[in-house]
Amino acid sequence: MSEQKTLPAWTRDQIAARVAVDIPDGAIVNLGIGLPTKVANHLPEGREVILHSENGVIGMGPAPEKGQEDYDLINAGKQPVTLLPGGCYFHHADSFGMMRGGHLDVCVLGAFQVAVNGDLANWSTGAPDAIPAVGGAMDLAIGAKKTYVMMDLLTKTGESKLVQSCTYPLTGVGCVSRVYTDVAVFDLTPQGAQVIDIVEGLSFEDLQALTPVALGDAR
Amino acid sequence: MINKITPTIEQALAGVHDGATVMIGGFGGAGQPAELIDGLIAHGAKDLVIVNNNAGNGDVGLAALLKTGRVRKIICSFPRQADSYVFDELYRSGKLELELVPQGNLAERIRAAGAGIGAFFTPTSYGTELAKGKETREINGRHYVLEYPIFADFALIKAEVGDRWGNLTYRKTARNFGPIMATAAKATIASVHSISELGGIDPETVVTPGLFVKHIVKVPRTATGPAGFKQA
Repeated sequence: MSEQKTLPAWTRDQIAARVAVDIPDGAIVNLGIGLPTKVANHLPEGREVILHSENGVIGMGPAPEKGQEDYDLINAGKQPVTLLPGGCYFHHADSFGMMRGGHLDVCVLGAFQVAVNGDLANWSTGAPDAIPAVGGAMDLAIGAKKTYVMMDLLTKTGESKLVQSCTYPLTGVGCVSRVYTDVAVFDLTPQGAQVIDIVEGLSFEDLQALTPVALGDAR
Repeated sequence: MINKITPTIEQALAGVHDGATVMIGGFGGAGQPAELIDGLIAHGAKDLVIVNNNAGNGDVGLAALLKTGRVRKIICSFPRQADSYVFDELYRSGKLELELVPQGNLAERIRAAGAGIGAFFTPTSYGTELAKGKETREINGRHYVLEYPIFADFALIKAEVGDRWGNLTYRKTARNFGPIMATAAKATIASVHSISELGGIDPETVVTPGLFVKHIVKVPRTATGPAGFKQA
């Protein structure tokens, strides 16, 4: 057995819960496909948040009971969902008008890389043999009033995904304002990346050693 | 008398010609007019340009159409899915041209075509590879990319209820691209699950006014199946 030292880190559900804390009552929110969808499970009791999905629904509820799936009522990941009382449907141009027109308060997206200036790369790794697919990522990234990213700080091979400048193809320019990772939460400001939260057991210096981006301590 | 109710899919699709641009509604399986796509396959038109959000799932519907080799080009936002192996193979072997469009630009370009807009500036994709070579402009301090409408010869869409004037309602998120594609095509063909007498659809609930629709074909109701994601 190796005695490899592992960093203290929040679980995916803990990151989701950390994001959920920052979503205010009454917010209209779009949760990106994958990890961000977990945020819906952690919204604090009594907080009313309206979920928007790009394929033409607001007021989206949780997944249906087994056997009650209706595949005419799906989310952006094409999985079956439900509609809460008060929710409604609309066509695609209206749905993306809601994004582009600045009517969504928050969107939470996954990312391959986020640059300190808020640039986001989350749709393509640029690999020459990859089949490109962009979906609604570019519209969401630049449309919502606040674009948050939720990701692990490091790749599987240990490189920081918070970077000085994205090397992967961009999804949007200067659009991300906050990054929630498994070890810390960062605000991206004109003064650079400011740490607003660190996982217990990790020092600021340890965190700084994980990323080439110069960090400020704003806790 | 106006009567857009057409007895068979074959009759509704009779005018489709080789080289046509055909919009097909749907987001994954929801709103995908499977019966009309099967009709298009049976019809045999080739050299088609298809506009859809995705590029088919499994071996049915749009994927089956692609498999016939009669599609020259597809304009879509999200071709790669867990079950898009038909598209993947055609694309990788260079047999199918892809125009990748951010989903909101796809929707707005379709809407613009139907609404008589010559072109529009959108912030989406500014500064990205998908805006390469496109005209840009700074307006009130924000950067925009110029995008042009997407017109179609035909739109095949799935609706819920129709009447002989062509008025349509939809079901849940199966609405998605249907209402805007109906406006952007020279001829829109809608499948419906029920046909109402004129006045039978509450006018407050009509989503697509009949003037956008050329043919309505009634098809049996079948439950929409899962598509587009990895099932546990």
